Amino acid sequence: MSRTSVEQSPAENSVGIIKPKTIHFDQALELVCGKTLNQYDLIYETYGELNAEHSNAVLICHALSGDHHAAGYYAEDDRKAGWWDSCIGPGKPVDTNQFFVVSLNNLGGCGGSTGPNTTNPETGNLYGPDFPIVTVKDWVESQARLADKLNIQTWAAVVGGSLGGMQALTWSLSYPDRIKHAVVIASTPKLTAQNIAFNEISRKAITSDPEFHGGHYYNLSTVPTKGLMLARMIGHITYLSDEAMGEKFGRERKSSEFNFGYDVEFEVESYLNYQGKRFSKTFDANTYLLMTRVLDYFDPAADFGGSLEQAFEKSSCGYLVVSFSTDWRFSPERSEQLVSAMVKAGKSVSYAEIDSQYGHDAFLIPTERYMAIFSAYMGRIAQEVNVNES
Amino acid sequence: MRADLRVIEPWVEPDTQVLDLGCGDGTLLAYLQEKKRVLGYGLEIDQKQITSCIQKGVNVVEQDLDKKGLRNFADKQFDTVIMTQALQAIKRPDAMLDEMMRIGRQGIVTFPNFGYWRCRHYLLWYGKMPMSKTLPHTWYNTPNIHLCTFKDFEALCQQKNIKILNRTVVDANFEQSRFALMWPNLFAEFAVYRISR
Repeated sequence: MSRTSVEQSPAENSVGIIKPKTIHFDQALELVCGKTLNQYDLIYETYGELNAEHSNAVLICHALSGDHHAAGYYAEDDRKAGWWDSCIGPGKPVDTNQFFVVSLNNLGGCGGSTGPNTTNPETGNLYGPDFPIVTVKDWVESQARLADKLNIQTWAAVVGGSLGGMQALTWSLSYPDRIKHAVVIASTPKLTAQNIAFNEISRKAITSDPEFHGGHYYNLSTVPTKGLMLARMIGHITYLSDEAMGEKFGRERKSSEFNFGYDVEFEVESYLNYQGKRFSKTFDANTYLLMTRVLDYFDPAADFGGSLEQAFEKSSCGYLVVSFSTDWRFSPERSEQLVSAMVKAGKSVSYAEIDSQYGHDAFLIPTERYMAIFSAYMGRIAQEVNVNES
Repeated sequence: MRADLRVIEPWVEPDTQVLDLGCGDGTLLAYLQEKKRVLGYGLEIDQKQITSCIQKGVNVVEQDLDKKGLRNFADKQFDTVIMTQALQAIKRPDAMLDEMMRIGRQGIVTFPNFGYWRCRHYLLWYGKMPMSKTLPHTWYNTPNIHLCTFKDFEALCQQKNIKILNRTVVDANFEQSRFALMWPNLFAEFAVYRISR
């Protein structure tokens, strides 16, 4: 899941200073859960230029804790770039010299799009826990409306890692004629019982925090930071591999002697506490609950009697599927299930399993072979766009 | 054009589905895509080769045949399953042939002939495992762990009820010579077989 962005200073290959924009939608959105959002806002950023044919647009889909700020900086002295700045920019895999890149914050998020921490125009109060449970399909529907507003009929590619990959997959099934390529990184056709179990622990951590107040904590000026912190700590373990944690922390301690107590002594404890604390100050607990449910419910094969192969039957885009060797959250086997179903359905697909020690988080880390594969595929798409243009 | 492509191309029907086992940099599939409009997939484990395939616009799936086999593919899923110069490097060539016949309507197989006169001469004269331009490895580090002659291969096909539809024998440059046609097991360096069950 997209956690933190890499600290670096604005460089030549950056998209530079970015200003997010917001679009208001008046047309009601009927959700899979049966409820309706009569109006909503989506906040988004764009990088690069849309060509005359409007054929070079790429949609970036964020994961659990990501948002619209995928690349670039908000100010000159901004120390942190967007969460996928390593992959989006001039000369990078998603090359902004070639593509017009759109990145939004999804409905239910807490980055500026309509979600639990925004005002429900019908009541004048914040949505809080009453914000309807959205699904990946609903997101794709809202993204299609954003595409309409931006005059993008067809995406050259929809790209995402983890939960973002699920959106790319869903695009290819919901709007086969509006997507040329789907890039699905470190993703899965559905969550396993173990995945759902970890999500449930995260949810219980939040909902059992006395400051949670059934999700109505905004009005009480409290925040369930302890629960959110705990949820993040659990999540974080599942994003890393045993190997990566061993390499980073091993059994290093803050002092050479045991304290024979329960305060933080090991470096890994210190790290988890720090990450959890920092996250709990910037992310919204209701959004976290919602995102875990979006993950749990994702299962495109369910509409086809459980057959992934049939789910892919009507898709017509090309796929790039990428997995990482030490990812145990969405393991390479999950990606291989996707690939086998795509081949059985006679779809164009390429697949690579990248050797990486970074676990699920590897999709955010620009390792050499990952970048080579990603760049090669996006480069091929850029060629197609340019051929059709001339 | 690579000489083996010229032999293989006429055996592949237009607009069909092709699986290339050990597809290398994707040259064969790119060629068949262009000439025959096939829907092609390659299996490969070499990282650089996989990137080359993607750059060519060839579908490539990273899959280790020795570890995973072909069990993720359905019966008769492909019209043609191709395996060039890899049969001798696989742990169980016999099981691989069975799997190729399960998932494909026809198979195309090429491999170096260990009965080639230079191999025989090398062993007879030097008393050592043959090495040549086509088989440059020493016995202890060679990837070619199951070398065979044409006769061996054809006996295996017969035993497995696999029909040999065509056989083209060639020398190292994929040229056909009179000697190779007359005494293939002695004078041909490679054969390209078209098989089905």
